[in-house]
Amino acid sequence: MQGAPGAQGPTQPRRATALGLGLTLAAALLGLLGLGVGSTGLEPLWRLLADPVAAQIVWDIRAPRTLGAWAAGALLGLAGAVAQGLFRNPLADPFLLGSASGASLAVALLLVGVGGSPFAAAWALQLGLTGAAFVGAVAAVLLTLALARGAQHTFRLLLAGVVVGMVLGALTALLTLMAPATLAAMQAFMLGSTGFIDWSAWALMASVGALCLGVGWALARVLDGLSLGEATAHSLGLPLGPLRAALVAVLALATGTAVAHTGLIAFVGLAAPHLVRALLKTTHARLLWLSSLMGGLLLLAADLLARGLLAPQEIPVGVLTAVLGGGYLLWLMHRRNA
Amino acid sequence: MSASSPPTAALQASHLSVQLGHGRQTRPVLHDLQLSIRAGHWTSIAGPNGAGKSTLLRALAGLLPAQGSVHLLGRPLAHWPQRERARSLAWLAQGGCAELGADDLSVHDVALLGRLPHQGWLAAPGPADWAAVEQALRQTQAWDWRERAFGALSGGERQRVLLARLLAVQAQVLLMDEPLANLDPPHQADWLALVRELVAQGRTVVSVLHEISMALMADDLLLLQAGRIAYAGPAHDAAAHAALAAVFDQRLRIRPLDGRWVALLQ
Repeated sequence: MQGAPGAQGPTQPRRATALGLGLTLAAALLGLLGLGVGSTGLEPLWRLLADPVAAQIVWDIRAPRTLGAWAAGALLGLAGAVAQGLFRNPLADPFLLGSASGASLAVALLLVGVGGSPFAAAWALQLGLTGAAFVGAVAAVLLTLALARGAQHTFRLLLAGVVVGMVLGALTALLTLMAPATLAAMQAFMLGSTGFIDWSAWALMASVGALCLGVGWALARVLDGLSLGEATAHSLGLPLGPLRAALVAVLALATGTAVAHTGLIAFVGLAAPHLVRALLKTTHARLLWLSSLMGGLLLLAADLLARGLLAPQEIPVGVLTAVLGGGYLLWLMHRRNA
Repeated sequence: MSASSPPTAALQASHLSVQLGHGRQTRPVLHDLQLSIRAGHWTSIAGPNGAGKSTLLRALAGLLPAQGSVHLLGRPLAHWPQRERARSLAWLAQGGCAELGADDLSVHDVALLGRLPHQGWLAAPGPADWAAVEQALRQTQAWDWRERAFGALSGGERQRVLLARLLAVQAQVLLMDEPLANLDPPHQADWLALVRELVAQGRTVVSVLHEISMALMADDLLLLQAGRIAYAGPAHDAAAHAALAAVFDQRLRIRPLDGRWVALLQ
């Protein structure tokens, strides 16, 4: 969706490209830095690569983790931009349709199951925490869709999401309370971590991200049309029902994949589109790309801080994203008011 | 309606009824309307608040579930493929209640949305799209600030951009719900000239207007009261003036001034 010369001013596409390049470059620099950060603090990369054991650590653990943090952040940033466009609400975040509470409940069920019968434990190992979280997230979105009787009415969808989130959240709390042994593991999941990402997890996130970004980009004009109101979008001949369903699918898939691999990471999905909009007003086609890049950069930075700040201790990355993202949004809000 | 000659009615409704709300709060808004809107003419819809003007416009645009039938250019609305219908009939939402969602789009981006019915799914806008958007933005005098963010505009400026979005569709039939909302007098006069130009090109304009003096400048007047038609016919007619006075509880006088009719409060 490029401007024809002379018809649309050239400043907007050029600024979008510059911002995209800047975000990618910053992520690359932080990524290189991330390869050097470990339980012993920051070490120069070249010294690590000279030592075969350290090089092994860098390649097998830090590289997938760093790239994975970036991919998970990008998924959340994309999901946030889609959610805010779809619900025409700047407060919408990727977890709005109940995916977060669905994933938590599934993980809680799994943990309780592992502690219970041996049969359940075997089954749980087969599925794994990642699989359970993904299934839970997608099932919760499907439940929300069923309760809202489809994606036809935005408001009904939003309300159904809130209800599903509340009820599943309560069930999770009850389960954890009944099985206190799972409390620590549950808490870790709720705070999010990038520590479990290996190469296959990274590959999965990257391919889902590429797929979601492609579909989202193809539907970006629908999001632009929806911004004029549903009736106007309808009058422009957009088949809103199927298109909205496709956008919900993108939202669920991107969120579910991120949650499955990193747990519940707060604020990245909400903050990334806001940060992009604060820098550049643009169409959804560009907003989706830039929000993905921004989300990736945010989570990468948060992960780096989480690992480096109190090394050899690690702070849960979700805590950092909440504190930093919240703080930055607050600053943005006050700067705009001033 | 034969295929060779263009239909004389752009829009026709028969037994058109609309109910709004759900369950116990369902209330009838339009009652069994019969109407015909002449092609190539300007029709104004007027009436007191809550008479069902906006609802009628939405029903004619096929944006509401309605009983009865609506024919667009001689063909039942339900038989039109969505995108083809969107190219033939353009609808402008009620002014003043502009959605905030489009704040981040530029003026040009908003007007370009009017080309959605013409564009292929993944195709970039073509020369025809750029030309239509430029023409529309020039017609509403918004071209000079096309790069500004929609959210940074005043109410009247937004209204002109939304009007440009409507014009960019290049539809045969244009439905406008309170197009003069927030417009200052010079831009109201511009709008009037624009409508006359559109009608001269053979297009059909239907507008809901609150300003009775403005509504009286149309070719035809459709007067609604409590969901029923109080008058339908030429706007320059003693019967139209009498019906207007009756609908507005005789608190309105229609007087000639400088060769046109104006409505005065009393």
